[in-house]
Amino acid sequence: MSLNSKIPPGPLAQKWSRHKSDLIKLVNPANKRKFDILVVGSGLAGASAAATLAELGYKVKCFCFQDSSRRAHSIAAQGGINAAKNYRNDGDSVTRLFNDTIKGGDFRAREANVHRLAEVSVNIIDQCVAQGVPFAREYGGLLDNRSFGGAQVSRTFYARGQTGQQLLIGAYQALSRQIGLGNVKMFPRTEMLDVVVLNGHAKGIVTRDLVSGKIESHAGDAVILATGGYGNVYNLSTYARGSNATATWRAHRKGAYFANPCYTQIHPTCIPVSGEYQSKLTLMSESLRNDGRVWVPKKKEDCGKDPRSIAEEDRDYYLERKYPSYGNLAPRDISSRAAKQVCDEGRGVGETGLGVYLDFSDAINRLGQKVVAQRYGNLFDMYHEITHENAYDIPMRIYPAIHYTMGGLWVDYNLMSNLPGLFVLGEANFSDHGANRLGASALMQGLADGYFVIPYTIGDYLATTKEGKPKTDNSEFKKAETDVADGIKRLLNTNGKRTVADFHKQLGKIMWDYAGMARTKEGLQKALQEIPALHEEFKKDLKLTGGNEEINQSLENAGRVDDFFELGQLLCLDALVREESCGGHFRSEYQTEDGEALRNDEQFAYAAAWQYNSGKTPELHKEAIVYEETKMATRSYK
Amino acid sequence: MNVKLKVWRQKNTQAPGEFKEYEAKDVNPNMSFLEMMDVVNNEITVKGEEPVAFDHDCREGICGMCSCVINGEPHGPEYKVATCQTYMRSFQDGETITVEPFRAKPFPVLRDLVVDRGAFDRIIQAGGFVSVSTGGAPDANALPVSKQKSDLAFDAAACIGCGACVAACKNGSAMLFVSAKVSHLALLPQGQPERYRRVKAMVDQMDKEGFGSCTNTYACEAACPKAISASNIARMNRDYAVALLLNDDMPETSGE
Repeated sequence: MSLNSKIPPGPLAQKWSRHKSDLIKLVNPANKRKFDILVVGSGLAGASAAATLAELGYKVKCFCFQDSSRRAHSIAAQGGINAAKNYRNDGDSVTRLFNDTIKGGDFRAREANVHRLAEVSVNIIDQCVAQGVPFAREYGGLLDNRSFGGAQVSRTFYARGQTGQQLLIGAYQALSRQIGLGNVKMFPRTEMLDVVVLNGHAKGIVTRDLVSGKIESHAGDAVILATGGYGNVYNLSTYARGSNATATWRAHRKGAYFANPCYTQIHPTCIPVSGEYQSKLTLMSESLRNDGRVWVPKKKEDCGKDPRSIAEEDRDYYLERKYPSYGNLAPRDISSRAAKQVCDEGRGVGETGLGVYLDFSDAINRLGQKVVAQRYGNLFDMYHEITHENAYDIPMRIYPAIHYTMGGLWVDYNLMSNLPGLFVLGEANFSDHGANRLGASALMQGLADGYFVIPYTIGDYLATTKEGKPKTDNSEFKKAETDVADGIKRLLNTNGKRTVADFHKQLGKIMWDYAGMARTKEGLQKALQEIPALHEEFKKDLKLTGGNEEINQSLENAGRVDDFFELGQLLCLDALVREESCGGHFRSEYQTEDGEALRNDEQFAYAAAWQYNSGKTPELHKEAIVYEETKMATRSYK
Repeated sequence: MNVKLKVWRQKNTQAPGEFKEYEAKDVNPNMSFLEMMDVVNNEITVKGEEPVAFDHDCREGICGMCSCVINGEPHGPEYKVATCQTYMRSFQDGETITVEPFRAKPFPVLRDLVVDRGAFDRIIQAGGFVSVSTGGAPDANALPVSKQKSDLAFDAAACIGCGACVAACKNGSAMLFVSAKVSHLALLPQGQPERYRRVKAMVDQMDKEGFGSCTNTYACEAACPKAISASNIARMNRDYAVALLLNDDMPETSGE
């Protein structure tokens, strides 16, 4: 199958407006109610899409595995959301947001998608404010902004350290309104376990009710996956424990291409690991780097000392030293690698030596503790809860952790995968962040996709498709239901000795060691041997208790980890094939003399879209990343 | 440290439940409470028994999914902290820790420590929103909002919908939860057009779900992991009284 990205012709700045007004077909308002749309996931992208499509008149069913659509992990995003409003009068514009995002993505994102994202960013803020999202304000009553990594303007809108929560609650309320009106039927505690494909079109899903265990089919005219990223393939991450890639992976197994899985983001400011029992890593918002200064001792022998006793001249503010113009606000991939580098040199701090200081003493001296508390109080509280340390008094310790995945299912400009009728939104798709995502861009993309892109582009598919409405008594649905039930039986009947959590931990360690912050050919090859071997062991030695017809959280996890084994392999394969360093993908063999990522545009300026090949080596399809108006350059934040 | 656990086990909503005892040995005080439960569950599973089911997701105190009553207190001993952010350093070596689900008639137990809080969603669906469809919103700065009002609205909007307020209340009242949403929107100019219609619809749904009345014990505020203020309840009561005096055609208001 050839990849047609369907990027509209014409000048970059006019592509989206022309596309939505001239090029795509509309569905008559009276006909919209005849279309059933299935939305899987209820985070920013899923909830905003479900609500907006229902407002337009489509009949929507929405599914989430949590007990309520308000729990999706978008809720944990702390820092903010970008928009090219130029409210600060500091020279921001759509073009500048576009440029920053393209550059931040290390010239591996699709130009047209990113431009569209920058254009609709301003509408998102308007919409959210109208919903009652309590963004931070100034005394004059207007909205406040702050800066984020990879930008030299203040364009980030925020709601204390809980921006994701407030935006998600806004989308959740919009969705709730439609549920109350009867336009959306919500299925909480329901997990999608398969996509049903009829004549090459996605026409339904198979779900499991996580309370009763009931396997059920849902038919629709289109299926939207907004199920988030796959960072939990690393086990330890800043993702929610329940975040998983099962929906996207099972769609991949049914033919949807998975693009750029090796583009994973490691966030520089997380609380370091404290022990073997650790179940998750907690992020401290990047916004802290506005006022916190990152450093480690210059001398190894100082690492064990009380940081307050280390003299100024014995501290290495390495980000300020290496990247004077961006300093502590260097992009995430660069800051993370710099932290790893100083720790590898033996200058890391804390019990494990895997940590660097994030110091607020300068900011507290300059602004006073009260102002610092106003800006970041909840983050300092959170840090205290977890570490039992007072960061107003002693510097925070931070270390990078897996935080976001830029890769995902391949989609065209309309956000449709190569399977007609299957749309993918938010973190679950691959399209807008290239090889690295800038801070405050994920919320922007999730809401752009859900509020302002899919409502237009889905109409083009629905208006032109001649597939007709499927019924769930179709044999393909029955077959998918049987396959899902058999898969569950297989897991339950393994009768081995090791728990799911045990396997997940081991898989995560392989992934972090060989496909983490720095990757090598040897390491990736090793991972590609170890993961399938561990997967085989999982199939033979998994121990599950309980049955299917009840709440069985281990069973849920087993299905997800089962998929992570395969996804982890694809991630490593993609990383192995991509013989360059770009953004979050750093291959140690490809770096400049001073340790920066060395891209290879001649050979690798493409999106790698992988086709599932039932257990055999997947097939690679390349979509060339063509820049019509942007000039590819080497990123410099110095 | 070593602790004993007395955990509520219940197969499903219909089955009777009972406490069962487990031991957690060599617990690191820096473990979170749920990480300790993970370790215990792993041991239970290896023995061939069914692990304790409990709701959790983000494990950073924001999603509102975790919901245990620990030693009689919803979300455990620490003030302004959810179950998932409770650490073992909050307990004594050798202590027996009792773990139960959030108990209230409108929150039926689904299994062990997992309860159904769908009633909360239905209250929001009844009116906890501003009726603006996507598109056509005016420029975000076209409507100035005083910082003071905005901050107060935020304080109310910080509710994570966990249900600890209901579990803490001897009446099983949901007034803190409902009033947090009512206040969030009543304090903002965007929420004015539907202000009284909203409070009426939400309170009606709250009553329909079977939540109890408020008798001003403030147990809800004490148990709330986000310290939502009980003064929101007073605001809701005032708005509700006004709503009762008005007809269905609620007039527009200019704010408090």
